[in-house]
Amino acid sequence: MAKKKNTEEPAAQPTGGLFAYAPAPESPAAAGDIATSYGHFIGGEFVDSSGSEALKTVNPATEQVLAEFAQGTDEDVDRAVAAARKAFADWSALPGSERAKYLFRIARIIQERSRELAVLESIDNGKPIRETRDVDLPLVAAHFFYYAGWADKLDYAGFGASPKPLGVAGQVIPWNFPLLMLAWKIAPALATGNTVVLKPAETTPLTALRFAEICRQAGLPKGVVNIVTGDGRTGAALTAHPDVNKVAFTGSTPVGRAIAKQLAGTRKKLSLELGGKAANIVFDDAPIDQAVEGIVNGIFFNQGHVCCAGSRLLVQESIQDELLDALKRRMATLRVGDPLDKNTDIGAINSAEQLARITALTDAGEAEGAERWSPACELPGTGFWFKPTLFTGVSQAHRIAQEEIFGPVLSVLTFRTPAEAVEKANNTPYGLSAGIWTEKGSRILWMANKLKAGVVWANTFNKFDPTSPFGGYKESGYGREGGRHGLEAYLDV
Amino acid sequence: MSDVATRLDVLKTYKLYVGGKFPRSESGRVYEVTDAKGEWLANAPLGTRKDTRDAVLAARAAVKGWAGTTAYNRGQVLYRVAEMLQGRREQFAAEVAVSEGIGPKKAAALVDAAIDRWVWYAGWTDKVAQIAGGANPVAGPYFNLSTPEPTGVVGIVAPQAGYGHSLLGLVSVIAPAIATGNTVVVAAAADAPLPALSLGEVLATSDVPGGVVNIISGRTADIAPTLASHQDVNALDLTGAIASDGPGAAPALEAAAADTLKRVVRPELDPFAQDWTNAPGTDRLLSFLETKTVWHPMGI
Repeated sequence: MAKKKNTEEPAAQPTGGLFAYAPAPESPAAAGDIATSYGHFIGGEFVDSSGSEALKTVNPATEQVLAEFAQGTDEDVDRAVAAARKAFADWSALPGSERAKYLFRIARIIQERSRELAVLESIDNGKPIRETRDVDLPLVAAHFFYYAGWADKLDYAGFGASPKPLGVAGQVIPWNFPLLMLAWKIAPALATGNTVVLKPAETTPLTALRFAEICRQAGLPKGVVNIVTGDGRTGAALTAHPDVNKVAFTGSTPVGRAIAKQLAGTRKKLSLELGGKAANIVFDDAPIDQAVEGIVNGIFFNQGHVCCAGSRLLVQESIQDELLDALKRRMATLRVGDPLDKNTDIGAINSAEQLARITALTDAGEAEGAERWSPACELPGTGFWFKPTLFTGVSQAHRIAQEEIFGPVLSVLTFRTPAEAVEKANNTPYGLSAGIWTEKGSRILWMANKLKAGVVWANTFNKFDPTSPFGGYKESGYGREGGRHGLEAYLDV
Repeated sequence: MSDVATRLDVLKTYKLYVGGKFPRSESGRVYEVTDAKGEWLANAPLGTRKDTRDAVLAARAAVKGWAGTTAYNRGQVLYRVAEMLQGRREQFAAEVAVSEGIGPKKAAALVDAAIDRWVWYAGWTDKVAQIAGGANPVAGPYFNLSTPEPTGVVGIVAPQAGYGHSLLGLVSVIAPAIATGNTVVVAAAADAPLPALSLGEVLATSDVPGGVVNIISGRTADIAPTLASHQDVNALDLTGAIASDGPGAAPALEAAAADTLKRVVRPELDPFAQDWTNAPGTDRLLSFLETKTVWHPMGI
């Protein structure tokens, strides 16, 4: 291909000129019909709540109400658990090879309907269509495909002969990856012979309710999957239900701690995937351009609504200026806006509440003396938005270095030696993930060995795969999801 | 209207399956395939040594691409084979019934089992490394990881005996070899080649890249020794080597394979007693793998 002669003047501020793009909008209609109101999915049917309280889910990019859905009552939860209990006997007695085929069907239908689900997810969550299309949905289908294959191979999984399921699993998932978290919960639970009651987050219930339709298309026996919507009250009723044998929760550390307390003294098995404050550690020999891409992906992917986000950049002192210059140049090219525009890098913050949290923590960062920087970028007039933000001059004691912001906000700290990098990286109550950037293999492995984190990415970041276990050390939770290890959380072993 | 009653069926020309195409034998020869009562069913290509060598070339050419695809992708392709086979269930049931001399119900059950076997192996592609590989806690500051890799081209003498051999047995030997990234050249059961030749048509429409599976019908005594002595075949599955003596018998084939140190899977002690409906386990899956161990120091 002939090299294009660049006749344009180099833009002073790249946002407008050099990287101007025409919008490439995805059609909202591709999301399929969204009902005006939804009940729960219990025993294979959509049913009304026993209560009258309804919640609303809004499109965070427009603040328009998408649908109403039921606030699950104790009675609703009871009904769903009863349906799951009833279905458990037959489901767990099915040959694994038959359970496998149901899950393969679900995986295939998700692949077939992936565009619809991607658009629906973007609308309900606010995340860019590029991410739902290229990351969430492929991973969702792959997760079902992977665990489908385990259903008839449990004898080979390393948990002894014929490992048994636990029973009814109560699963509570967050709003940052609604369908992917559903897949992480439901696929291994079903593969191992459990039945489930799942509560999606109160700001993102739509794809879970659409998934209920997929269960029906796949011919899944009634009651094997039940979806009950509602806020934290519904979640608490589910995790507290005496006929639930297994609780799986992904969300914040405070709620995870409350669930662990709630379950103390019961025989329920618990797995928790909680918050994080990952360090992305860049050494002086790292390839700068790749590292910058990794840092950007680490903190701005999914608006930073990622428990394993690389929210602390630990940069070796000698390259701090060079790296930050490159990082700022790159941040200036990030496009913030319409999640349905295929060019968008950073979509909408999921809710007004989350926006307020991010705002409060970043205000605290400034108040505590850290220096704040954001590229010039226009934010849409309606909806919930936050500029990609970087803090320098951050000390380890600052709240923005210790607390999970769960937004597009990066705190920069420096180090001189690998040992210091390890000290600082490990100096939070969390231990979910970490990143290492260096050309030296032995240093990667030395660092990985010392880091107290459940996932360590080297010269890459935010990589996920159904075969690869995910989960944290310390107050980032316990248990692993994904891979062979992910089976253990749903087996009586 | 009596035209309908007298309509003549269109018969299929059975052909080899090599490199994703359906060639006739280079010999231009065929042999008669008959049912259990000796009634003529079809003519099958009489594959030769040359056909077999051509197939090995095709299989070798396909190794790089197939072994290089992700395990997830191979799993989806194998699952696609199951989907396609399900759609042609009736055709295969008819071929299995005449090939093995069994009733339609039993034949259909064998086809169902063959479909499910593809599903079983589809699920193994991305798990085999998790049961056959792993980290090794060596006594020193080293990262040490063993992972399985496909051995390369596998020559397979397809089952010629045992309940369900013509399709279920065939699938049971092909699927585990290709699940892990090998490519195969299969000597179809000489007396019951029709399900095997038709399986080529399923594979060709299932996103299985050309050359990953190659199927040759003909005399086992011609095809099997060619595979056993071929310099570019890495492993040999002798499951269907049922001859008691001569060049097609297992001991002679194993001896020929020893020249290039092929990995060999020996036939069962009594291949005629084998019941292919039994659960397959992981033996075959693990037979055509090489274990690679990587060391790397840890240090600042």
